[in-house]
Amino acid sequence: MLSVPLVVGASFAYLLLLVAVAAFGDARARQRRSVIGNAWVYALSMAVYCTAWTYYGSVGRAAGSGVWFLPIYLGPTLAMLLAWSVLRKMIRIAKAYRITSIADFIASRYGKSPLLAGTVTLITVVGIVPYIALQLKAVASGYALMTTPLGTPLAAPQAWWHDSTFYFALALAGFTVLFGARHLDHSEKHEGMVAAMAFESVVKLLAFVTVGVFVCWGLFDGPADLFARARAVPELNALLHLTQRPGQKFAYEQWFALSLLAMLSVIFLPRQFQMMVVENVEERHLKRAAWLFPLYLLLINLFVLPIALGGLLHFGRGGMDADSFVLSLPLSQGQGALALLVFIGGLSAATGMVIVEATAVSTMVCNDLVMPMLLRTRRFGSRAGGDLSRLLLGIRASAIVAILLLGYAYFAIAGEAYALVSIGLISFAAVAQFAPAMLAGLYWKGGTRNAAFTGLLLGFALWAYTLMLPSVAKSGWLPAGYLNDGPWGIALLKPEQLLGLTGLDNLTHALFWSLLANVGAFVAVSLWRPPTAREASQALLFVDGFQSPAAGPVFWRGRAQVRELLPLAGRLLGAARAQQLFGDYARQRGVAGIAQIPADAQLVQFVETQLAGAIGSASARVMVAAAVEEEALGLDDVMRILDEASQVRAANEKLQSLDRLKDDFMSSVTHELRTPLTSIRALSELMEDDPDMPPAQRAQFLHIITGETERLGRLVNQVLDLAKIEAGHAQWSISDVDLRALLEHALQTTAEMFRKRGAVALLDAPAAVPSLALDADRMTQVLLNLLSNAAKFLPAEGGRVDLRLRERPTGLRIEIEDNGSGIPADQQALIFERFRQGGDSTNRPQGTGLGLPISRQIVEHFGGTLSVRSVPGQGACFTVDLPWQAATTTTGDNR
Amino acid sequence: MHDKLVQQRLAALFAAGALLLNFPLLALWDRDATVFGLPLFPLALFGLWALLIGLAAWILESHEG
Repeated sequence: MLSVPLVVGASFAYLLLLVAVAAFGDARARQRRSVIGNAWVYALSMAVYCTAWTYYGSVGRAAGSGVWFLPIYLGPTLAMLLAWSVLRKMIRIAKAYRITSIADFIASRYGKSPLLAGTVTLITVVGIVPYIALQLKAVASGYALMTTPLGTPLAAPQAWWHDSTFYFALALAGFTVLFGARHLDHSEKHEGMVAAMAFESVVKLLAFVTVGVFVCWGLFDGPADLFARARAVPELNALLHLTQRPGQKFAYEQWFALSLLAMLSVIFLPRQFQMMVVENVEERHLKRAAWLFPLYLLLINLFVLPIALGGLLHFGRGGMDADSFVLSLPLSQGQGALALLVFIGGLSAATGMVIVEATAVSTMVCNDLVMPMLLRTRRFGSRAGGDLSRLLLGIRASAIVAILLLGYAYFAIAGEAYALVSIGLISFAAVAQFAPAMLAGLYWKGGTRNAAFTGLLLGFALWAYTLMLPSVAKSGWLPAGYLNDGPWGIALLKPEQLLGLTGLDNLTHALFWSLLANVGAFVAVSLWRPPTAREASQALLFVDGFQSPAAGPVFWRGRAQVRELLPLAGRLLGAARAQQLFGDYARQRGVAGIAQIPADAQLVQFVETQLAGAIGSASARVMVAAAVEEEALGLDDVMRILDEASQVRAANEKLQSLDRLKDDFMSSVTHELRTPLTSIRALSELMEDDPDMPPAQRAQFLHIITGETERLGRLVNQVLDLAKIEAGHAQWSISDVDLRALLEHALQTTAEMFRKRGAVALLDAPAAVPSLALDADRMTQVLLNLLSNAAKFLPAEGGRVDLRLRERPTGLRIEIEDNGSGIPADQQALIFERFRQGGDSTNRPQGTGLGLPISRQIVEHFGGTLSVRSVPGQGACFTVDLPWQAATTTTGDNR
Repeated sequence: MHDKLVQQRLAALFAAGALLLNFPLLALWDRDATVFGLPLFPLALFGLWALLIGLAAWILESHEG
């Protein structure tokens, strides 16, 4: 036994130490030298999962049923294997939309519904109160054990004003306010609290391992000796097996249910969500924490079985409450210092849990329960003025105190009736009800608000009826008759054997019914009606959240004013902070100042997200909606906005591909320019080096140089020409053109060229054709290009080019057919690309490789087509089809 | 290593873990035997647990970026 002042003094000193650690963490955060910015602290802060229940209750459970304490820790281990996929997605979404609690997350997913946020909060408060009571009970019984001589009965419960637990609860409330509600952070991050929790996790692990080592090697000769002596006792040997009685069936459904329950709880308990999602500094920390945290769980459970068996061997079965073995074993050996350390460890586990849980729940109560009601009133409503940030802190502090008092009340009413572990499981089963709405919300777009609401409500109702009420009934506050015979004597409604379902323990039974109803209702109601616009838009943001939540589309239409949004932000975040945020936003948008910020959907979303960090997404939605003029979004609008977003994306992709094309083009142009330049330079150098060059050779060189410069000039002109046409900057002078006259003119111009090659070119055209609205010069350019192309590939003798003009129902057709070498099938498409000339590299004729691309651009400008068909060796036929009414000619593209 | 592959490996490990730590595979270890003086069944439970953690650590830590 230890003196009361010593125990109380040490406890208080420890709590002050925690506050100091938190203050240190906060100070470092202000200096931007965060102590929590690493995976180790993150993983340790997750270990707030291990509460006083782990600390005392696991040993109690092991002493009663062997390895059955393990599923509560194996489940989280399995869950963390999926953390990198599931939890990371939640973190990403929560960061992008400044989601600060689980109620906020669910409400936000289903269209920022205040109704859902409030429901989730209520379920949380009801579900978490027993859990807080459990922590108080653990500390209270630990304290009683420390300060009473071992073996004497503990003092009977006293009236609350004499009860030390009541004052402990109040003290804890005070500390929690210090940790969680001292200043308002726009993203609900509490660096100091995280640092303190990481520290707290180290303390409880060290204390527990120390007592484990003490039992194994202090009381016994190592674990082997301990186990050997335990195995000698049949009842203790049974604890080392799955079943405790011979012939008893392994209750695998309960084992599975416990694992599943723990798996869900490790993510959906408010304090776990707070630590894992809200307080996450960097996503990559999760990668290491995903295995460090399970490792922590393994280490803290390593000595549970030895301590339980050691206690049973030492005190004998029933000699001492197994829940307190960790304290009573050191005390029985007169190890006061060790017992004090262990007590501090347990206190650490309990306070850690209470502080984080109460902080998380108070945020929910404030944002999702109290604020929505206040915002409806005239005094605090959306149109009212005044700074609300102090009010927010006040609400949170009150909520923390209220939660702890509720916890104390539950402890005083039902605490004595139940072992630690059963109380904790009741809370687990309550938060497990969030799983369907949360997980389906992350991966399925079809879920609706009403579905989530119905599912939660049904699941919660069944949880309360099959698990919560029986726990109250068993402590004598409700008539036990309704447990044994069902309400009004209806046996089918017996809470622990609903509809006559037997064969399951009460926890598995409750979990089965509540989750069945929850999931069933969620799916059924979701499929009843399609999601509304707001649900659908939020679904898109959440389900596709892994890609890039920050760059997602903005689902908002309406009119907003910066001068209305800025004061609104100021009311909730503080005026200075709001100015700073808007200033940053203006810089980010690249405008001069706050006044110049365009009041568009993006700004509204920015403000709403910032407010969501302070008061939750549902309340933020209400406030913003009241401050700006909104247009109601229909499902069509959502689809349109989505469409626009994807069009922007497509346009970006097109720009990128054009960019690539331009690069290719530039490198081709450079190459094409370099070839003639090289030959010009080489020939000039030759003539420069050799002043005695024969005049004939000099003349030949000069002739080549002139030819090459002409080609260079042509190339430059054509590149510019093509660029102009493609960019739409070309000049077009449209007039009525008689194509027959144009063809005759083109043939006259090229007659000399064909004559030189010993070829004939013949025109076959009707006497008169209707005229077309074209640019005569451009059209001539096309014809000359096609004719000279034909000439290049003509055979040395007997060359023949047929020029045909035909009237067709849709327009006029020009065919230019030669009997040259033809074009292989695989090249017929390529010749219309830039710098892809026909022929192989050895017999490639002179040319720029731009003639055909330009011709095709011109023809297409008039709404026509330019195509080629060819049989290699028998010549090629180019066809120009021009429509009667060329669309572009009517408008005249004279930009 | 590709992130998708990491996620798939972890999912497979999850499935394996869920099978190993539940009926009926878990019952296979429930024998009256000891290893170095330690009872087999609890040892196997902790061993499987440690194995899962070790594999998860290997998968997650060998993945860069």
